[in-house]
Amino acid sequence: MTDRALTDTLRAYATGSIDADAGPRPSDLTVCLGRTGDLPAAAAALIGPHSMALATVVATDETATPDGDLKVRYVFEPTAPGGPDRFVTLLVSVDAARPEVPSLTTAVPAANWHEREIRDLFGIIPTGHPDPRPLVVHDGWPQGVFPLRKTFDGSRRVPVEPADEFPHLVAEGEGVFEIPVGPIHAGIIEPGHFRFTSVGETVLHLDARLFYTHRGLEKRMEGLSPLDAFYIAERICGVCSVAHGLGYCEALEQIAGVEAPPRARLIRSIALELERLYNHVGDVGNICAGAAFHYGTATGMRLKERLQQMNERLAGHRFLRGLVVPGGVQLDLPDDLLGALAVTLQETLSGLDGLMGRIEANPSVVDRLDDTGVLPHQAAVDLAVAGVAARASGVDGDARRDHPHGAFAGPEPPSVHVATASEGDTMARVTVRALEARESIRLIGEFVRRLDPGPLQVALAEPLPGGRIGIAAIESPRGEAVHWLRTDVGGRVERYHLRSPSYHNWPAVALAAETAIVPDFPLVNKSFELCYSCTDR
Amino acid sequence: MLRILLNALRTGVVTIRYPAEPSAPPDRFRGAPVLGPGSHLPPPTVCPAGALSERLDAGGRHVALDLARCVFCGRCAEDPWADAVVMGRDFELAAHHRDDLRIEVVADAPAIPAVAPGRDAEAVRASSEIHRVLGRSLHLRHLDAGSCNACDWELSALLNPVYDIRRLGIDFVASPRHADGVVVTGLVTRNLETAVRRTVEAVPDPRIVIAVGACAASGGIVGEGYASAGGVDRVLPVDVYIPGCPPRPEAILFGILVAVGRLDARRLHREE
Repeated sequence: MTDRALTDTLRAYATGSIDADAGPRPSDLTVCLGRTGDLPAAAAALIGPHSMALATVVATDETATPDGDLKVRYVFEPTAPGGPDRFVTLLVSVDAARPEVPSLTTAVPAANWHEREIRDLFGIIPTGHPDPRPLVVHDGWPQGVFPLRKTFDGSRRVPVEPADEFPHLVAEGEGVFEIPVGPIHAGIIEPGHFRFTSVGETVLHLDARLFYTHRGLEKRMEGLSPLDAFYIAERICGVCSVAHGLGYCEALEQIAGVEAPPRARLIRSIALELERLYNHVGDVGNICAGAAFHYGTATGMRLKERLQQMNERLAGHRFLRGLVVPGGVQLDLPDDLLGALAVTLQETLSGLDGLMGRIEANPSVVDRLDDTGVLPHQAAVDLAVAGVAARASGVDGDARRDHPHGAFAGPEPPSVHVATASEGDTMARVTVRALEARESIRLIGEFVRRLDPGPLQVALAEPLPGGRIGIAAIESPRGEAVHWLRTDVGGRVERYHLRSPSYHNWPAVALAAETAIVPDFPLVNKSFELCYSCTDR
Repeated sequence: MLRILLNALRTGVVTIRYPAEPSAPPDRFRGAPVLGPGSHLPPPTVCPAGALSERLDAGGRHVALDLARCVFCGRCAEDPWADAVVMGRDFELAAHHRDDLRIEVVADAPAIPAVAPGRDAEAVRASSEIHRVLGRSLHLRHLDAGSCNACDWELSALLNPVYDIRRLGIDFVASPRHADGVVVTGLVTRNLETAVRRTVEAVPDPRIVIAVGACAASGGIVGEGYASAGGVDRVLPVDVYIPGCPPRPEAILFGILVAVGRLDARRLHREE
C-alpha cells in the first residue's frame, strides 16, 4: 500500500487536517491528526482496510518545547505475512491544560493497557476507557502526580497515602469462589497478583494485576547519555538481555545514522538465537514441571544449564550481557569457541528431540497439555499478541522476517521458517516452541557459515544527533518487542519506551485461563512464558 | 519408562563438586574488577552503575569501587583504561558488610587494603550460633523484591542437576513460615515494599536475610527513585551481600554458605 493511498483513506475517515510525512525511518509514515477526535476513525482505517495492528503507544511530555503540549503516538504495523517493514504512526497533540484523548480500547482491545499506562504516568485521560483502575502505580500513589511528566523529579520518593483495597474484577454468585494468588509466589518466580474467580475447579474469570516490579526504568534513562543508558536497557529483563540490548542499540544507531558492520550483525543474530534457544529449551522443561513429569523437568534444566555455560564461555556472561553494544559487538567469536558452540548445539538438538519424544509418548503429559488454555485466533489478533503465543494460535508473524534486524537486515539474508499451529492450546505452544528452538540451531549454523573477517564496531560519536527518533522491532524469545527512542537537543535520552511482547500477551493469558481449571493455570502460564520485569519496567 | 531409565543412566552424573573442588570460570568471565596502581585510573563517569567514586586529598587521587553496585559490564576495563583496570576472575565475593565490598586505590600508589571492620565478640558469637543451628540444614524462601529475573533464574539454576544445592542440605521452600531465611533478588520497588516486609516478618525469628545481586545489595544500576527504595538494606537488615549482575550460581552458593558460617567471606585485597 502506497503512502498516498494510505493518507487518502485517512483523509476520507477524518474531519480535521491530516499531515503525513516519512519517518521515523524512511520507510515509515507519521500522520499528524489535526483533530484529536479523529483518532478512533483513523485507527479503524488502519486496522480495517489496511489490516494493521497496534505495535506500541508512546506518550511524550513536550510542554517545555515550542509546541507546549503533550503528544501521544499510536504506532501501527502491517500484519500480512511478508508485508513491508514499516511503521505507521498516528500522532495527536494533547492540551496539557485539558489532557484528554478518545479511548481506542473498545474498538482496539490491544490499546487497553497502553491507555491505562499513559493515564497513570502522564495524566492523559483516555475518555471512554472501560476500566478506570490504575495499572502501573499501585495503592497509595497520590492523585495528580504523574512520574513521566518532565516537571516530575524521578529521583525523589513519593509518600504513600492511605488507600482502599484494590477493586479486583471478580464474578459473583452462588458457589463462586475467589482465589487470591501472589504477588509473592510459592516458587522462584517473579511477582504478580492473580485473582481467580472459580466455580469448583473451573476458572470463570482471572484478573491479573502486575507492575509490582515497576522500577521506573524509562524515567531513569531520561537525561542520560544514550551510551550510558544502554546498560540499563540491557538490564530491563534478565532473560531478554540480548533482545532488549539489541533493540535499544538498533534504535540508537538509526539516530546516529550508522550501521553495525556485517560481522557484528551476524554475531548479534547468533546471540539473539542463543537467547531464544536457552529460553525455549528451559521452558519445555518447565512445562514438564507443571505436568509433574520430573524426568522432563530435570532434562530441560540440564540442557538449559549447558547452554548458559556456553553463553558464559562466549560472552563471559550466562545471559550474554556485554556482547551486544551500541555500534556493534564487544567481543569476537573466534574459531575455537565456534567449534565448542557447534558441539553444544548438536547435543542440545539431540537432547531436545529426545525430550520432546518422551513428552509426546507420555499420555499423562499430553492429556494435561491438549485443549488446555486455548487462545482463539481472533483473540490473538485483537490483542495484538506476539511471539510463540500468537503463532500457536495461527498468527503468522515474526519480527525477524517482518522487521529485519541483526543479520536479517543485511543483503541476501537467510530466510527464517516461521512455525505456526492452529489449535492455540498449551500443546500447540509447546510444539511451536520446540520447532523454533530447532530453527534457532539451524540459523546459528547458517550465521556462523556466513561469518567473514571484518570490523566488530563502528564508533558512535558523542554528542549524538539531537531531536531524532529511532524505532526498532526485535523478535525476542517471547515475540516482537518495539523500542522507541528519542534524543533531546543535546543528544541525550529524552524518552525511551519499550513495548515488550509480554505487555501484549498478559491479557491473553488471562483469557486463555478461562478455558482451564485452576490446577492447570501453572501449565497455561508457563506455556506463554511471559516476563513480568519487561512488562513492568 | 524403560527408555527414560536408560536415558538417565546414559546421561550419568552431571553434578559439580563445588565448593569441595574449586570452580574455574571460563576465560571471558568478568569477575571483580582489579584497579591497578597506575595513574591512569578511569573517572567515575565511566561507570554506568555509579560504582566508581573518587576524592582528592594530600595523599593523591583516591578511586573507590563499590562491588555491591558494580554490574560487571567491563566498561572501566575497556580502552583507554585497559592498562589500569582488568576484569578479574574472582566471583566468590559475598560479604557480611557493605563496607567490605569497597575497594579503594590511590593513583600512583600500591593498592591499599580495604579496611575490613573488626568483628566484635557479639558478632562472632552470633555467627557461630547461626552455624550451629542452620549450618547443616537450611531452608530458604526466595523473595523477588523487583528484580529483572536474572538473579531469580540463577537461584532456580541452583536446583538443577548440575548445582543441586540440596546435596548441601539447602533447599528453597514455598512458604516463609517454613523458612530459616530469605534470599532477596532485586531492588525494593514501591509496589512491593509492603509485601517484602510482610514476607520477611512471616519468617520465624531468628532468620537470615541474603541480598542476591547488585540491585538487592545496593539498588544497582537503577538506584533510588520514585518507584524504587534502592537496596534491600534500606528496608530490612541484611546479613550477607552477594555482588553480581547476576552472580553466577556458584557465587550465590558461596554467599549462602558464608551466611551460615560454613565458608568464610574473604576480605578483598588481603595482605598476604
